[in-house]
Amino acid sequence: MKTVIRVEHLTKKYGSHTVVDDLSFVIKEGTVFGLLGANGAGKSSTIECILGTRKYDTGSVTILEQDPLKNRKKLFEQIGVQFQEAKYQELIKVKELCEVTSVLYKNPLDYQELLTRFGISDKQNNFVKDLSGGERQRLFIVLALIPDPKLVFLDELTTGLDARARRDVWEILSQLKKEGLSILLTSHFMDEVEALCDEILILKKGKTVFYGSVEDAKTESGKEKFEDAYLWFSDEEEAEYENN
Amino acid sequence: MKTIRTMLKNELVMSLRGMDMPIFAIAMPLVILVILGAVFGQKPAFDGAEYTFLEQSFGGLATISICAGGVMGLPLLISDYRAKRILKRYHVTPVSPVLILFAGGLMYLIYAAVSLISLFAAATVFWGFRMRGSIVVFLVGWLIVTGSMFSIGILVGGIAKDAKTAGIITSALYFPMLVFSGATLPYEVMPDGMKAIVNILPLTHGIKILKCATLGLPMENIAAPVALMLVIAAVCSFIGIKFFKWE
Repeated sequence: MKTVIRVEHLTKKYGSHTVVDDLSFVIKEGTVFGLLGANGAGKSSTIECILGTRKYDTGSVTILEQDPLKNRKKLFEQIGVQFQEAKYQELIKVKELCEVTSVLYKNPLDYQELLTRFGISDKQNNFVKDLSGGERQRLFIVLALIPDPKLVFLDELTTGLDARARRDVWEILSQLKKEGLSILLTSHFMDEVEALCDEILILKKGKTVFYGSVEDAKTESGKEKFEDAYLWFSDEEEAEYENN
Repeated sequence: MKTIRTMLKNELVMSLRGMDMPIFAIAMPLVILVILGAVFGQKPAFDGAEYTFLEQSFGGLATISICAGGVMGLPLLISDYRAKRILKRYHVTPVSPVLILFAGGLMYLIYAAVSLISLFAAATVFWGFRMRGSIVVFLVGWLIVTGSMFSIGILVGGIAKDAKTAGIITSALYFPMLVFSGATLPYEVMPDGMKAIVNILPLTHGIKILKCATLGLPMENIAAPVALMLVIAAVCSFIGIKFFKWE
């Protein structure tokens, strides 16, 4: 199986504060990788270092066997990205956003088909700001898929969604995985991670506290439920008691 | 080419929905023209002048939309796209975020050109306006003034720390320039003391260039304003681009 992302000894500091500390992992083609951790654990910084929108201090990153700091034009033809809390123009409509995203790529997928597939083609003439949370997240998946990517980054895609809308998003993602797409996602919902991710990495203050499969996490922590295992690794449980 | 065309079309559609630019860049200059036309008609600029008061004011009116786009629209667009992380998103596509800003700039240039044409048409038809100097000189001057005002916009939008700061700086630049540099209120009706103060506004000098070109006055009068505009354009765009904040 080919490797889509290889991160080796990645370290990122802001001044004297280390937000990503000696991080190494590999994402294999066609798998879903979950980057987990509390808010401020370094997930978004890691994603940005991988994508090259932030400079890292030491280590190395390879995406689709290329250096993301070079050859960006070619590389980003094959990558879809959804940043956390993405916002768009106040007065842009769904169709226009899809259209202007399509023209960025050489061989985009037909966004009409994608909108239909994700059940929002009737919203084409709505303003993006008027969509419901679930519709907006589905639109964001459409935008990430427009390049016909080999790899997508989805940062907290389901945050703020209700249970039904989250389930819909999962189903879409598992379908995409079946079609061979590689996905790096971050999430705060452990049921979602358990349902989708082949491998996970738990960050705590920038350091890796667990890297492996969901099953391994349960075994290693001695917990039956994955959420308990996650809390055991990330120590959120203790922090919660302290706050009480 | 298709990329920039689609971006430009989208920016235009959104700005027409927003109505700010149609009002401030297209309607407002025409309204001021109509007011000046109603008050001064085809009266000469002063006793014995060969040109009318309206002709004297034309250059100023033509800068209203340049200012609305360059000093107000452009910095607000840049800071808005930065705050919404739209620029950052372009960094992870094959296309540079510079292109979307370029499309925005192009849109404001189009507004300024449409305003110029509409002013020219209305002034000619209703008040017998004549371009007494060379139209080529006027257009070159117009481009220089546009470049200079847009570069101020790039500077403000590029380095203002957030959308709110950009909004404040924009208002502090746009409204005084609009009122006190001769764009709306004709320079000639200002008292002498006030003229001395308004001479510190860069647009005052930009308008001198256009006025001189419109009226066919001797070119040596505008060497200094042209130099000033070019210096402003060079300095502001250099600093704005060099210290541009992408996020």
